Amino acid sequence: MNALPDLVCPAGSLPALKAAVDNGADAVYLGFKNDTNARNFAGLNFDPKTMAEGIRYAHGKGCEVLLAINTFPQAGRVADWQRAVDGAADLGVDAIILADIGLLDYASRRHPNQRLHLSVQGSATSYEAINFAHREFGVRRAVLPRVLTLAQVEHVIKNTPVEIEVFGFGSLCVMNEGRCWLSSYACGESPNTVGACSPAKYVKWDKQPGAMETRLNGILIDRFGDAEPAGYPTLCKGRFEVQGEMYYALEEPTSLNVLAILPEIVKIGVRAIKVEGRQRSPAYVTQVTRTLRAALSALANDKERYHVKPNWQAELAKVSEGNQATLGAYNRPWR
Amino acid sequence: MSQGFTIPRFQLPGFIAHIGARLPQWPHALVLVTGLNAALKMKLLPEDSLSALDGKLFRIRVNDTGGEASFTYYGGLFRPVFRSDRTPDLAFAANLSAYLQLLARQEDPDTLFFNRELSIEGDTELGLVVKNMLDAIDWPKVPALLPFQRP
Repeated sequence: MNALPDLVCPAGSLPALKAAVDNGADAVYLGFKNDTNARNFAGLNFDPKTMAEGIRYAHGKGCEVLLAINTFPQAGRVADWQRAVDGAADLGVDAIILADIGLLDYASRRHPNQRLHLSVQGSATSYEAINFAHREFGVRRAVLPRVLTLAQVEHVIKNTPVEIEVFGFGSLCVMNEGRCWLSSYACGESPNTVGACSPAKYVKWDKQPGAMETRLNGILIDRFGDAEPAGYPTLCKGRFEVQGEMYYALEEPTSLNVLAILPEIVKIGVRAIKVEGRQRSPAYVTQVTRTLRAALSALANDKERYHVKPNWQAELAKVSEGNQATLGAYNRPWR
Repeated sequence: MSQGFTIPRFQLPGFIAHIGARLPQWPHALVLVTGLNAALKMKLLPEDSLSALDGKLFRIRVNDTGGEASFTYYGGLFRPVFRSDRTPDLAFAANLSAYLQLLARQEDPDTLFFNRELSIEGDTELGLVVKNMLDAIDWPKVPALLPFQRP
C-alpha cells in the first residue's frame, strides 16, 4: 500500500488549530487576518501573535503548518500580498499555499528555499498546468479542484512529480474554484477580490411565519420551511424559478465525503487529504479530524477489512451542510 | 473519541417556557454580562472584535425555558439592558441544549444553524464577529469559567 496521505485540517482560530493538532492532523492550514486569504471573515484567522503561538504549538507536536495566501493581488495593492509572502517565510511555515502566478513568481525568486503549494484557487486541473507551476516556480504540491473523477486524479498523479492533494471532506460549492464570480454578480465582492464569498454584510436572514428567507444584497435566494435544513447564503446554493419550476438550479447544499473511496484514494497515490472549513468552529474541526484520522488508521491497520463505520458517517453527516454528503465528481460516470 | 461528558440534544417540556416567560428576566442578563465582563478582564476577547460590538444591542433567547437576556457593550464593558423598545442589532434564539453544546464546544454553530436549531436574526456580520470571537477564546487557560469543557 502507498504511504498514508497526510491529513490537512482547517484552522480559523487558535483553538481550532489546537483541536486539529490534538485530534490527529498531520498538517493545519491557516491564514492572516486580511484579504490575502479566501476566508477573510470578520473576527476569523490569525494576528501575528496568535499565529506565532499556533505555529509553536503545531511544530511542538510534529504537525506541519501551511499558510494560505490564496486570493489574487488587487490592482495597486500587489505589495500587500508580497508582504504577506515575506511574513509567511519569516514565520517559518512549512509551506505557503499560493494561487496567483505573479505571487508564485515573487515567492520562488525572493524565498527560493520556501516550500510552495499550488492552491485549489489556482484552478490547475491538468498535469500540464501543474508541471508548468513545478518547472517555473518549483511548486511541490498542488491541491486539485473538486471537478475531477478518481480516474482523472490518477492520470494527473501518473504524469507529474508534484505531490497531489485532494479534498476529503467539507462543504461543496459549484467547484469552479478560482474562477467563480457568482458572489460578485450579487454583491460586487468575491473570494478572488476580497477573500470572502457572499460577505456577511450582504446577508440577511428574515424570519417569517413558518419560514425563513435568505437574502443576499437584497436578492431573495432561498426560503426554508421551519423543518428544512439551511445552507450557506450563497447564490450557487439558492433555489430559483427556472422555466416554471422552483429548485436548486445550480447546486443543492451538500458536503463532500470520501470515506467510501478512501482505499482507492490511497491506492492511486494521493499525497494529502484536505478538510474544508476554516470558517467553522473548533467543534467541527475536532469532529471531522478525529473521524478522518480513525478512518485512515483503520485503513493502515488492515486495508482488506476496511469498511466505513456507521458512527463515522453519523459524525460527518451531522456537521454536513444540507445534512447530506456526496462523493462529488470522484465517482461521476462522465468526464 | 472524547472521554468527556456529552451533552445530549433535548427539549424541555412546553410548560417550562410558559412559566419561564412569566418570571423576571433580569437575572439572565446579569449572569451573562458578569461572565462576559470576566472574560474581558482576563483579556480573552480581542480588541478589534470588541470595537465592532460598541453600542450594539444583543438579545439571547432560550426557547424552551422562556428566558431572555438583552445586553449591550459600551465604554469597555458589557452592560445588561432590562427594558428596550429598540429592535436588537443581533438576536440569537435556540433551546437550552443547543446553547450548552455551543458553550462546551461540542457542536459548531454552523451545524446548529444548518439543522435549524439555532436562529440568528439582525446584523449578520455582527453575528459572525461574535461567533468568531467566542471561537477564538483559548478556553483551556480558564477551566473555572467553563464547567462543561471537555478534556
